[in-house]
Amino acid sequence: MISSLPFLPPFLPLLLGSIAAIFLRGHLRSVVMLLTPVWGALQLASLEPGIYWTIEFLGYHLEPVRADKLSMMFGYLFHLAAFIAVVYALHLKDTVQHVAGLSYAASAVGAVFAGDLLTLFVFWELLALTSVFLIWARRTDRAYRSGMRYIIIKVLSGVLLLAGATIFVKQTGSARFAEIGLGHDGILNLGTWLIFLAFGIKCAFPFMHNWLTDAYPEATPTGTIFLASFTTKVAVYALARGFPGEELLVWIGVTMACFPIFYAVIENDLRRVLAYSMINQVGFMVVGVGIGTSLALNGAVAHAFNDVIFKGLLMMTMGAVLHMTGRINGSELGGLYKTMPKTTILCIVGAASISAFPLFSGFVSKSMIMSAAVAEGYDIVWLALLFAAAGVFHHAGIKIPYFAFFAHDSGIRTTEPPKNMLTAMAIAALLCIVIGTFPAQTVYALLPWEVDYQPYDVTHVLTQLQLLFFSALAFVWLNLKNLYPPELPSTNLDSDWFYRKLAPGFMVPIYYSITEAMNRLERLSKVGVRRLINSSYDNEKEQPKGYFARLWPIETMVFWVALLLAGILILYYI
Amino acid sequence: MFAQHFPVLPIVLPLIGAPVCMLLARSQLAWLFATLISGFSFFISIVLLLTTLDQGVLSYALGGWEPPWGIEMRVDVANALVLSVVTGLSTLVLVYAKQSIDKEIDRNQHTLFYTAHLLCLAGLSGILSTGDAFNLFVFLEISSLATYTLVSLASDRRALTAAFRYLVMGTIGATFILIGVGMMYMKTGTLNMLDLAARIAEYDSNRTLNTGLAFILIGVSIKLALFPLHMWLPPAYTHAPSAVSAFLAGTATKVAVYVMVRFIFTIYGAEYVFHEMGMDVILLVLAIVAIFNCSFVATVQSNVKTMLAYSSVAQIGYMILGISLVTSAGLMAGLLHIFNHALMKGALFMAVGAVLFRTGSADIKAYYGLGKRMPLTMAAFTIAGLSIIGVPLTAGFVSKWYLVTAALEQQHWLIAFLILTGSLLAIVYIGRVLEVAYFKEPADPTDTTIKEAPVLMLIPMWILVLANIYFGIDTSLSVSAADAASKWLFQPAADLGAVR
Repeated sequence: MISSLPFLPPFLPLLLGSIAAIFLRGHLRSVVMLLTPVWGALQLASLEPGIYWTIEFLGYHLEPVRADKLSMMFGYLFHLAAFIAVVYALHLKDTVQHVAGLSYAASAVGAVFAGDLLTLFVFWELLALTSVFLIWARRTDRAYRSGMRYIIIKVLSGVLLLAGATIFVKQTGSARFAEIGLGHDGILNLGTWLIFLAFGIKCAFPFMHNWLTDAYPEATPTGTIFLASFTTKVAVYALARGFPGEELLVWIGVTMACFPIFYAVIENDLRRVLAYSMINQVGFMVVGVGIGTSLALNGAVAHAFNDVIFKGLLMMTMGAVLHMTGRINGSELGGLYKTMPKTTILCIVGAASISAFPLFSGFVSKSMIMSAAVAEGYDIVWLALLFAAAGVFHHAGIKIPYFAFFAHDSGIRTTEPPKNMLTAMAIAALLCIVIGTFPAQTVYALLPWEVDYQPYDVTHVLTQLQLLFFSALAFVWLNLKNLYPPELPSTNLDSDWFYRKLAPGFMVPIYYSITEAMNRLERLSKVGVRRLINSSYDNEKEQPKGYFARLWPIETMVFWVALLLAGILILYYI
Repeated sequence: MFAQHFPVLPIVLPLIGAPVCMLLARSQLAWLFATLISGFSFFISIVLLLTTLDQGVLSYALGGWEPPWGIEMRVDVANALVLSVVTGLSTLVLVYAKQSIDKEIDRNQHTLFYTAHLLCLAGLSGILSTGDAFNLFVFLEISSLATYTLVSLASDRRALTAAFRYLVMGTIGATFILIGVGMMYMKTGTLNMLDLAARIAEYDSNRTLNTGLAFILIGVSIKLALFPLHMWLPPAYTHAPSAVSAFLAGTATKVAVYVMVRFIFTIYGAEYVFHEMGMDVILLVLAIVAIFNCSFVATVQSNVKTMLAYSSVAQIGYMILGISLVTSAGLMAGLLHIFNHALMKGALFMAVGAVLFRTGSADIKAYYGLGKRMPLTMAAFTIAGLSIIGVPLTAGFVSKWYLVTAALEQQHWLIAFLILTGSLLAIVYIGRVLEVAYFKEPADPTDTTIKEAPVLMLIPMWILVLANIYFGIDTSLSVSAADAASKWLFQPAADLGAVR
């Protein structure tokens, strides 16, 4: 029996699988890669909660493997996501992607089971280093540069985490990763803020989110599935572990839930639309973590669980479209339902889930967060989340399927994607429906905190249906009135509708001016760096220049010796 | 008893071996002999390190003349640690040198190389284990003269001017040290370090002694290439044969750092030098400027060897920074970095030497597409580079960790911040090489002469790389030795005398 095997660190099966993928080819590799997530999940099932071996490192006790209900839930989720993503990528012959994908999943599992900050940091960096290859695997110049920006930001996050962890560990004397919280005194405060920022970068907090929308749409069709599943969810986990109930997070989360909607509406690349909608969904989770009651935290992690599946499903359908047609811009697609009917249906299931239709998975977790917000008296937050939910329905629930599969006929004639892709999408779609219909038996059973919650009561269902119907109505009306021209997808026309109808008209100009200010800062710093480099590197002769980079003649060297000696002697004389 | 002579053997063996090497006259034989001698010295150093960790100080009266009249060899944890690094690196470099020098040194000068290398090793070991201030100067000169020869042996003619610059600066440094020692002798009438310490402690700020201190500090600073006295180092390391660069970068300047530690902590006393003379601020500022200035200059170099040379100067900045924190933890971080830096810079220079061996160039253009053609060499470069940056699970991380901790312990969080941002510059200069090696296509894809380096070069390189990883995970040996050394150095100088 597998369960009777000796204890293995949870990330090891996936890691071994990725190593095996380096050497194996053909069907054998497919079989091994399919089996590793299953093996890992079984291994996880036999893991008792508790702390497994401690290591003495630099004088601190490290706990590389700590299992409790929170980490177990994410552990299962990541194995599930890895399995679906592997199925989806099965037709590929690209070793780089297979190896990077599995080792990326292994790092994510390692991160959620890390019992101390240093282990967390190691997996934090591994997440970045393994995932970037999924972007580079696209093998275009754009993807290469986008991957470079991605890795730089990720390493920055790692450095911040390390700096913060160093201060935290030094000040508290313990390396354990438990509740950290903000608002300490003195240097400890700096440390916790650094950790908070490091988590924030990975979590795509506003103004730190650009790596996500920049890099994810540049990855390969299969790579994006992996990317969408792990990094931000690890960050949500880290926030839930380290900063539960931090009120600041509520407001950050609300901002995250709202602002991407404007961008998602005016974006043409459908995978980038999904990337914006990902920030929006993560925003819901961050609000949940910020509220911090057990209902809210449960909602946050449950939503993370569901989001991986339905966002994965949507990404997979768009990946299938990209794979089959080679195009992903909304303005170039349309009418695909004739030739890809199965993909169309699966995409609609995903769209229904993300829009939180009753009986679909998004509903059972999103409503938890909303209820928690009301229960804690965050009325404005509740309203803003309602607005965000309507926005999600509009851009992810309607825009994606509508532009890709319906709208005007683009004349593209293709076929259904390969069988493995369809299978992966079907598994995800099935899960969306099963979780949405029987939440108590599935996702609620895994929840880390005790809570009694029933999503299917009259108020919830009614509110949600009203919201959805009116959003749909608005979309249909705009379309009939030709106010929603799909051929001009990049202008403000789409978002105009939002800020005229839905009031926060002042938001967009503010965003634009802040974006402009950020751009100017970036330009200035670029000019500064370039000037610095120009002053120290001679491009024509291809050699360094400048006082400290050129060879000093001996007399200059001796001059410095004399200067320093004289200086010290004078100092001593005084 | 043979074992009682162990403290002097790491000096005597290579010193006697050097002329024998010259007489052997055949390159192969000389190589084998020199490697054996160096390996045996390494073995003895390890024994010494273990003994001192266990028993404390070993004192050896040369020729049976009791100190303080005769010359004393004193081996304690601090110098036994550095001694193991020096002899160990020397052995690995000698293994590596057999093929490396084939292309970089004229064939009829090979025996000269081995002779000079052994002399240099004898000098460095002597500096480390002697307990006599003047004797230290003598060994310093032995090692320095051998080093000038080693640098000038390269068949590249620019090595001659580089060696000459090095000679001029090195001699000025040595002269300053001699002047300083002379002033100390003038005032105290003794040359034995512990005796000096005891007598200097009796004076309360004497002008002659202070002037001596100034000369010594400047002289040693030249030798250890402290910014801005470092300008002899980049050309010397660039044009020297790769095996020489690998050896010198890991040992010569580090031994000089040790000399500085000795003069400050053992002879003058940390309290006096740092608090009364205010050297901590001066050293701290110079160290931080060294880290930033030289790391930055390293990022714009087109010659990878020059780049590594500037990086060495920056790393010395980290060591001096640790020392200038004037705490036991800071000194320990500095000593630990001596150990770890030898591992990483040795591996890096060996990788660069291997590339030079195959492509004939150390220019960054030669690295285009090398990731596919010399996978093992570039993998070694990558891991050692990560260690320089300070990525966890490498030795570099451990040093940076202790350095940052030592700074934070004093609430110097600005310094801690600067240490970490300094690492960002290391990412840039290492990253430049990795970028062209892994992401650029080779300039001439049809060229099949460029293949993986020979095994004899790969083995020592990878031993160092694995050591980088090993000492990044299991820190018990390096950290406990550095910790014991710094604690031992930190007791007041006067007490040391009383021990005897």
